[in-house]
Amino acid sequence: MLFKLAVKNIRKSMQDYAIYFFTLVLGVAIFYVFNAIGSQTVADNLSQTTYEIIGLMNSGLAVVSVFVSVILGALIIYASRFLMKRRNKEFGVYLTLGMSRRRVSMVLFVETLLIGLISLGIGLGLGVILSQFMSIIVANIFEADMSKFTFVFSGEAFRKTLVYFGIMYLLVMIFNTISVSRCRLIDLLNGAKKNEKQKLKSPLLCSILFFVACAALGYAYYMVSDGLEDMSRRVFVGVLILGAVSTFLIFWSLSGLLLKLFMAWRRSYYRGLNSFTLRQFASKINTMVLSMTIICLMLFITICVLGSAFSISRSMNANIKAMAPMDVQIEKSWNKEWPSNPEIEEDSKVDVVTTLKRNGYQVERELKDVTIVNYYWEQELTIQSFLEEYLDDVLKNYAFIRADQPELLMKISDYNRVAALFGTEVYSLGTDEYIVISDLDSVVTARNYVLWQGKTITIDGKEYHSKYTECQPGFVEMASSHINVGIILVPDEAVNDSMLYENILLANYNVEDKVAKDVSEQRLVELLDEIYITKSFFSYDTRQHIADASVGLGAIVTFIGLYLGIIFLMASAAVLALKELSESADNGTRFEILRKIGTDERMLNCALFRQIGIFFLFPLLLAVIHSVFGLKCCNIILETFGTGQMGNALAITALIIVAIYGGYFLVTYFSSKRMLKSEQ
Amino acid sequence: MNTVLKLENVEKYYGSKASLTKALDNVSFEVEEGEFVAIMGASGSGKTTLLNCISTIDKVTAGHIYVAGGDITRLKGNALNKFRREELGFIFQDFNLLDTLTAYENIALALSIQNVGVTEIETRVGKMAEKLGITEVLSKYPYQMSGGQKQRVASARAIVTDPKLILADEPTGALDSKSSKMLLESFRYLNREFAATILMVTHDAFTASYATRVIFIKDGKIFNEINRGEHSRKDFFDKIIDVIALLGGDLNDAL
Repeated sequence: MLFKLAVKNIRKSMQDYAIYFFTLVLGVAIFYVFNAIGSQTVADNLSQTTYEIIGLMNSGLAVVSVFVSVILGALIIYASRFLMKRRNKEFGVYLTLGMSRRRVSMVLFVETLLIGLISLGIGLGLGVILSQFMSIIVANIFEADMSKFTFVFSGEAFRKTLVYFGIMYLLVMIFNTISVSRCRLIDLLNGAKKNEKQKLKSPLLCSILFFVACAALGYAYYMVSDGLEDMSRRVFVGVLILGAVSTFLIFWSLSGLLLKLFMAWRRSYYRGLNSFTLRQFASKINTMVLSMTIICLMLFITICVLGSAFSISRSMNANIKAMAPMDVQIEKSWNKEWPSNPEIEEDSKVDVVTTLKRNGYQVERELKDVTIVNYYWEQELTIQSFLEEYLDDVLKNYAFIRADQPELLMKISDYNRVAALFGTEVYSLGTDEYIVISDLDSVVTARNYVLWQGKTITIDGKEYHSKYTECQPGFVEMASSHINVGIILVPDEAVNDSMLYENILLANYNVEDKVAKDVSEQRLVELLDEIYITKSFFSYDTRQHIADASVGLGAIVTFIGLYLGIIFLMASAAVLALKELSESADNGTRFEILRKIGTDERMLNCALFRQIGIFFLFPLLLAVIHSVFGLKCCNIILETFGTGQMGNALAITALIIVAIYGGYFLVTYFSSKRMLKSEQ
Repeated sequence: MNTVLKLENVEKYYGSKASLTKALDNVSFEVEEGEFVAIMGASGSGKTTLLNCISTIDKVTAGHIYVAGGDITRLKGNALNKFRREELGFIFQDFNLLDTLTAYENIALALSIQNVGVTEIETRVGKMAEKLGITEVLSKYPYQMSGGQKQRVASARAIVTDPKLILADEPTGALDSKSSKMLLESFRYLNREFAATILMVTHDAFTASYATRVIFIKDGKIFNEINRGEHSRKDFFDKIIDVIALLGGDLNDAL
């Protein structure tokens, strides 16, 4: 009997459940898709480096999943509360008929269970299908071989989804039971007879607040974009709070102002149902200001997260060509002290080429464009002594810089050979001049202060002064992004062999096509791994490794960004949709009146479409304006990642937003339309 | 005189073959232009069904209803809506004003959905408000008005479009006696001065006594019909009470 009642209830209120169901299915599907990424078979075809990165990504996604499940849980409880409210009268009738609260709870329990099971089933099905597409994307990003592509089903993700959503549904059931057992019968039966009074706002107060909010927002915009450089973390948080508060004020004041403005424009106001639509909007925005603010801010975060995530990964891919111009690079310290292994001590007295040849590597046959340069150092000239009081600024941002480390020195001729190879700028020097080469932005800023004050350095007892008042761009070591902390270029005669620090070899493989390069690389890497620490001590990097790591890092950021962004987007759209639907009880009587006085069905639908459309558009519009500056701010903060063109990233972000947000909009529109029709 | 409304053997059945309820059973009558007709009957007598059929909210099972010569039982879809907004004016028991709009906007809405221009809306709403004595409440919201004011605003909305026929469903049902009297006086005024044709459904003899003709319905059939003629309202009221006594049953309880 209980079961029958529950099933009938679900069937009857299917249209009310549409949004709830949509949210659950989408939530389950997304949860599965992101947790299944790690176990895609195509991942097996990836190189070792990327495999490790996928492991890292999985643990990242696992942590994020906990956070996501909290958001989804809150969303599901919110949605079920909305459903409960709509059915207050029904529960009231059950109770007056003498059904015990426990049995009413049981009916609800069975309903939740059924809805949960069905949505879990459909969601997982959808998730499995979507994850096939996802694996194509993963393979694409990691450049895996797609020929071995097979249909995959991730048991682990499946189990995880079941457990997480099981817990969520359990919470919903407990929540429902509590709320049924605590409610009062009179409230249940009279729930619908709620009088809504319209609060009238003074237009003067609205105008003043609007301009104050706009000014505050303008200030916040300025602070996060142009004023970001010299802002402490404390002030930054303050600016964010200021932005959130002014968002709230803008919605609050606009709700009064917009109406006044439109009313003044009489021709448009008194055409068709325009006056009705606008009044509907204004009456609801009064009660929805807070939730609109939250939704606007959520959308803002979504756009920023998605936009930055995509642009980071894209620009990382684009950077590799410029940042890793050579196939391989090996660095070896000169004159290393290694008491336990005299062989290594002996090896560190020769250059890299000699080491390779000693171990049977045919350098001339295997490599071309071989370039060997040296770093030198002067014990007294440390990073600390160069930066002096600006050191703290740098250390605050980059904890990995060791202040007592001597600055790297390089002969100008050595550097110019590298620069010619890399295609970067070459420089010339007078006999008592030096140039600082650096491309890590914050370090550059600090160094520029020092250089601008005319810093002189002493090498081997001789003084040198800077040729430029600014750092010059450039690098010697290949990396996935701009992380050259600083190299001081000095005249060739300024340094001597007693100051040698590191020997660097840069070279290309002596073959052309990619497959042959892979073979060459494998030969070299095998040899290097074999002699490492047994016969020699060095570090090496190849273009392939840098590409893998960088793409992998980009992929982690992209996936986690996508995951969070989509969930945020879903949450805000769902909240908006539920709010809108819970209003349709009031709307029902209003539309009925309009129908009775003879309004065309098409006109009514149009009014409904506009009304819901404005509601979805309004927070989105402000969120987009926020994001223009938010993305600027992200760009500045993420400078080390070398974010470049955002155009494409924004296009993808827009696409995702249109798909999910637009989807919710349509579901809301059609559900409302059905609800309003059925009350006829 | 033109015939504004003509019902021909109208029937309305509810339910299935097994248990058939005849809500309207072979009802025929005519309303001339400028008449103020009241339809009386106990609850369940079919008077609301009758009104719903005339207003095209409900469909007849058999028979024809002609408004200004046109058969409205044949209308469909948007033609129905067009008919409703251009030929009919509605006044409901519970006012049915939009709570989000001011009185002015409520009245203006009836015109704006007919695509009437702004300046014309302004003059017509202004005039109508003056006639009904609601000029000072035009900028107020429904919840700021008394019941009587609300009903006069609703009447203004029904009449402002110059409909052929005004349908009122228990217009005094939710009003106190003083407000009822004021509203009915306005109806009479509109009926006399502007020759507005009004068809009103009520179970209240006092309300019905303001009409020029009263049609009594019992169990879906026309039971009786009385004309006011040259009688005073008081005399007409007594005549109505007589018929109600004849009708018997629970209509007495409603008094």
